[in-house]
Amino acid sequence: MSTDSPDTTVNPDDGIVKKKLGVGFWICVIWLGLMVLVALFTPYLPLKSPTKNYLDPSNGRPPYSPSWKHWFGTDKDARDVFARSLHGARISLAVGFSAITAGFLIGGTIGVISGYFRGWLDRISSFVFIVLLSFPSLVLAILLTSLIERSLMTISLVLGLLSIAPVGRLARAATLQYADREFVLAARQIGATDRRIIIKEILPNVAIPMSSLALLGMAVAVVAEGGLAFLGLSVEKGITWGGLIQLGSDSARTLETAPWISFFPILMLFLTVLSLNFAGDRLRTFFDVKEMTL
Amino acid sequence: MAGTGKAHLRNSDDVLLRVEDLVVEFPIGRTGLKVNAVSGISFDVLKGETLGIVGESGCGKSTTGRAIMQLPSPTSGSIVFDGTELTSLSGESMREARTKIQMIFQDPISSLNPRRKVRDIVLEPLSIWNRGTKAEQLAAVDKILEHVGIDPQRAAESQPHQFSGGQCQRISIARSLVLDPKMIICDEPVSALDVSVQAQVVNLLEDLKKEFGLTLVFIAHDLAVVKNISDRIAVMYLGKICEVSGSDDLYRNPAHPYTDVLLSAIPVPDPTVAVKKISVEGEPPSPVSPPDGCRFNTRCPNASDRCRSEEPTLREVEPGHFVACHHPLFGGEAPVAVRGN
Repeated sequence: MSTDSPDTTVNPDDGIVKKKLGVGFWICVIWLGLMVLVALFTPYLPLKSPTKNYLDPSNGRPPYSPSWKHWFGTDKDARDVFARSLHGARISLAVGFSAITAGFLIGGTIGVISGYFRGWLDRISSFVFIVLLSFPSLVLAILLTSLIERSLMTISLVLGLLSIAPVGRLARAATLQYADREFVLAARQIGATDRRIIIKEILPNVAIPMSSLALLGMAVAVVAEGGLAFLGLSVEKGITWGGLIQLGSDSARTLETAPWISFFPILMLFLTVLSLNFAGDRLRTFFDVKEMTL
Repeated sequence: MAGTGKAHLRNSDDVLLRVEDLVVEFPIGRTGLKVNAVSGISFDVLKGETLGIVGESGCGKSTTGRAIMQLPSPTSGSIVFDGTELTSLSGESMREARTKIQMIFQDPISSLNPRRKVRDIVLEPLSIWNRGTKAEQLAAVDKILEHVGIDPQRAAESQPHQFSGGQCQRISIARSLVLDPKMIICDEPVSALDVSVQAQVVNLLEDLKKEFGLTLVFIAHDLAVVKNISDRIAVMYLGKICEVSGSDDLYRNPAHPYTDVLLSAIPVPDPTVAVKKISVEGEPPSPVSPPDGCRFNTRCPNASDRCRSEEPTLREVEPGHFVACHHPLFGGEAPVAVRGN
């Protein structure tokens, strides 16, 4: 992952330095866009069925290795790994997206409000964040998911709950950084209400570090969902990358004789998480408005 | 150096701002200690006048400015602006009253939201108060931007970081003017600027003052900057006022030893002039535990036992020239006050 600053070019006409996001960023965006499209339209794509058993007696017993007929091979039940991997994008991305949305809506709101108003509200929310953070998150997730009915909604909520504290703390810290700035004081003296100050003065500044965190957070949520699925604790009905990986690595023998079953879902998970991380990182440096000093 | 004295307050119908016994204290955590930022000062500003407030860093001059705006509201004291007691206002009425006084800050970059277009920043006050239609608002904003020397076209498409420090300060001034305030508090508006730009901004403020009929409170740590723009100057030290006088009198004839020291610190751009060098030793005492008596006694060259126990009050040493000192440079010893309250 690159952390260097985005490429810059100087426009010879006006001498204004223009930042560029770079080719790597756009490759990541294309991959992510592709994944989102796939996730949205899998039922309508001319794919093989993810649940049908494509038994081929002439080829012996499944799993079948990758071939023209089954690009990514099949699993032990002769189901098409390619179709299943694409279907897996659906739930994995949905869980990642809705988890981080829930985390941002709740954690971000609490963080911004407590960073802006401070006082007892801030003390309470900071305490709650610390309590949440001191729980080992995977253990908490396992605990919760083993107690409830595991649907897309509940898994997203559990992962969202886990992201409240880190998101909230970042939002609070970013808000604190701006709440005492003179432009906030200036807004107050021209008669802006607290609500207006938060929306118009604080949020645009806080949104930038938060948006890159959203991409990184989504990567974490996708991985966490994979982890839960690997333990058999993710969404019960449906195909997820974690579930596919778990199927393909249930024993050392499977891994040895049919590595493609887990390899292709792993590859897609890896590329997606990598893209999320890389794009998030690039975005952060790109929007890092240089605050001019005199 | 007492703040208790009110001899310098004027009884005039033209008083726009009258501050009495202003106290601002900031508690330090839960220690029970507090920072005595401003310890009971009084002053007034007439309509159309410019009051300069000078003093070294940490003497409470910025705190005074912000206390007038009620950001944050003072610990005690009275602030009457245009016949309204600001300290008793709250909520909506405070929000509205505040627009009559505006403030310009020291750091021009930090004063402007880095994520908004400059024209939107200047438009914001009008859009908060819904003054006129959108077209009228934009016209007013463009007019005021031109007035302070900023190209409205550029302001419409640029963010603050694309402007220089001096230009940013002009933008801040434009924002403070759109609501048509009666008074502007300038909190070290030029301290962060290059010397060449300082004069431009000060001149701009003077021009605008005449044009818009403004009253200014000009806060600075540099007497040279305040000298030209101010009609009257109040010198502050450690949360108290030590001398109040017309600007020319103060420069020609400082009465307080501290003012004398401040004045002698102004560089003279002529190597042949023999410079009167007076310096004070050490740092100002901590505002957490200010000294008894006169607050300047720990560093004053003229300090006596009386200064260490009895706090001087402001008294007139020449017409319109007030000093809070037992042993001023002229005007004779302070009469011994009757002891016991």
